[in-house]
Amino acid sequence: MEAIVEQFFNIPIMQRALPLLLMGLRQTALICLMVIPLGLAGGLAFALLSRSSLRAVRSAAVVGIDFFRAVPPLVLLIFVYSGLPFAGVRPSPFTAVAITFFLNTSSYYGEIYRAGIESIGLGQWDAARSTGLTASQTLAYVVLPQAVRNVLPDLVSNTVEVVKLTSIASVVALPELLYSADMARSVTFNSSPLVLAAAIYLLMLWPIVRLVSRLERRIAT
Amino acid sequence: MTADRPPILDIRGLRKSFHHVEVLRGIDLAVHPQELVFVIGPSGSGKSTLLRCCNRLEEPTSGSIRVDGIDIMARSTDINAMRRRIGMVFQSFNLYPHMTARGNVALALIKVLRKPRAQAEEIALAALHRVGLSDKARAYPAELSGGQQQRVAIARALALEPKLMLFDEPTSALDPELVGSVLNVMRELKRAGMTMLVVSHEMRFARDAADRVIFMDHGAIVEEGSPEEIFAKPTEPRTRAFLADLTR
Amino acid sequence: MQHGFGFLDAFFNPGLIERYLPDIAKGMAVTIEIAAAVVVTGILLGLVLAIARSFRVLPVSALIVLFVDVFRALPPLVLVLLVYFGLPNVGIYLPSFAVLWLVLSLVLAAFCEEIFWAGILSVPKGQWEAARSTGLGFVGALAYVVLPQALRLTVPPITNRTIAITKNTALGTVIGVGEILNQATTAQSFSGNATPLMMGAIAYVMLFIPVVVLGRSLETRFAWRRG
Repeated sequence: MEAIVEQFFNIPIMQRALPLLLMGLRQTALICLMVIPLGLAGGLAFALLSRSSLRAVRSAAVVGIDFFRAVPPLVLLIFVYSGLPFAGVRPSPFTAVAITFFLNTSSYYGEIYRAGIESIGLGQWDAARSTGLTASQTLAYVVLPQAVRNVLPDLVSNTVEVVKLTSIASVVALPELLYSADMARSVTFNSSPLVLAAAIYLLMLWPIVRLVSRLERRIAT
Repeated sequence: MTADRPPILDIRGLRKSFHHVEVLRGIDLAVHPQELVFVIGPSGSGKSTLLRCCNRLEEPTSGSIRVDGIDIMARSTDINAMRRRIGMVFQSFNLYPHMTARGNVALALIKVLRKPRAQAEEIALAALHRVGLSDKARAYPAELSGGQQQRVAIARALALEPKLMLFDEPTSALDPELVGSVLNVMRELKRAGMTMLVVSHEMRFARDAADRVIFMDHGAIVEEGSPEEIFAKPTEPRTRAFLADLTR
Repeated sequence: MQHGFGFLDAFFNPGLIERYLPDIAKGMAVTIEIAAAVVVTGILLGLVLAIARSFRVLPVSALIVLFVDVFRALPPLVLVLLVYFGLPNVGIYLPSFAVLWLVLSLVLAAFCEEIFWAGILSVPKGQWEAARSTGLGFVGALAYVVLPQALRLTVPPITNRTIAITKNTALGTVIGVGEILNQATTAQSFSGNATPLMMGAIAYVMLFIPVVVLGRSLETRFAWRRG
């Protein structure tokens, strides 16, 4: 019991590690602030492209969504960071993370938008078109607002996933929250910094996770 | 009809509150074997709650309920065993969508009465035959009309050979042209001697088939009597007002 | 190195492909094994927890909610590192693949519990009432009437979530599990060439694209069967 507290809940070590972790947290926040809006926009683009009247565009979009949902993000990250240099491009850790996350989150958000748009019954399209609205107007003013409201829990839930995903940036030595914590661990031979990092993630994400659960339950019933 | 035999359903001083709202204010009611008792009243009068207390889908706050002589409120009473003796038919049918009509009827026979599958299916088929739906045994609820679904629901309750059947607005969710088929089944049950407690708006049915009509309002029984007494010569002003509203 | 064939040689070197194919294949086997084990234990545990929650015993439900919230809010990599580095210091020695399996199973179980629970809640109350009013006990009603309906509703989200979690097997590379990414990066360091990485990426795509497509077809098949 003593050993558990000493190894995982060592307060002095946590106190010493906190400043480093907070800097890592700042880096995490920066990544999120950049990636989430880009992903939301990219996802919408993907979803709209997947409904294009041009078969080639449609296929490319669907293949793209499926491809980037099939590849584990860590694999994509390593590929971009370690593989691209062989093609002459040498991205910094931050750039590699940004590219990877953009591709990955766009495809996930894209799939969510796509399902949302598809879930809006034809009746809505019929009604809007029969009052003279064009397809784009129908999409913008009638279908999308409803679609987004329907998939809001999924969008929020996926955003939580993105925040959690930032932790893999530690593998390419980007000094975000987990990297800082792991650094502290290897220096102190003690896991308490990791527990502290976990506590910080919990503090940030637990309320949102609870909210998503409630939203999901309301939609299901 | 034998009013001298002990009542199948004996309710004394039944009270039920939801949070601080008293929905049933001391109900005394006895239903004798083979009687059909019809309960009418405005919405919110507690009729459904009364019915649902009888098989403890709602827990009474106080009072006693005896079914076939057994106190269903007693801690020692096995409520699941009691529920086999009490059949219930719901307004929204509540058929199991993932089973055929026969499956719906047979489930309790197999799992509660522990009959072997073949025997259970035979009994189920017989029950479906009684409600006129033996040709729909293999149909799923989604393939049946509302009236047919409700009749399957009646068969489901019947198959367990209950002593008492409770009907909670059985035709209120049906299109008008389907109501008749369900009422005919209920008439047939009455003819065969089933004891029934029915909450419904179908006044013509009450006039034809009911032995007693009870008018409830605000959680209490206001007036009771034979159909002729209640419909033709109601004594209480509230009863008169309710009936007048209905025929408007 | 020949600059003319630079790009092709750096990513698709035939000699290296031949040399490292067995390693990548070994990695695929490891990935599949761990993923399969995670899927089975994760979904089963999630179902057990959701059923336990349906008995509505307050302390039990509270514990389940606590567990589920924590494992849904924490990044899997944090948990992996915590378990991998922390446990040996308190005397518990688990091999890397066991750590990976344990963490991913618990995470999947947490997500699946929420999905199963939402499914159970979404079965109309009338179904419970009809089943109980024929004398079926709580367990009977749950087993024969409510769960069959609830489970059908949960197929699409469970599929989605399972796919997402099993991709996290790639995290095993951080703690030395010999799955695809690990084999690929090791080979890449040895050979100074990106071909093994390419092979690894393709291996993942080969594994997961069929799964994603299967998932989507399951979704459409179960989406329109409402009631």
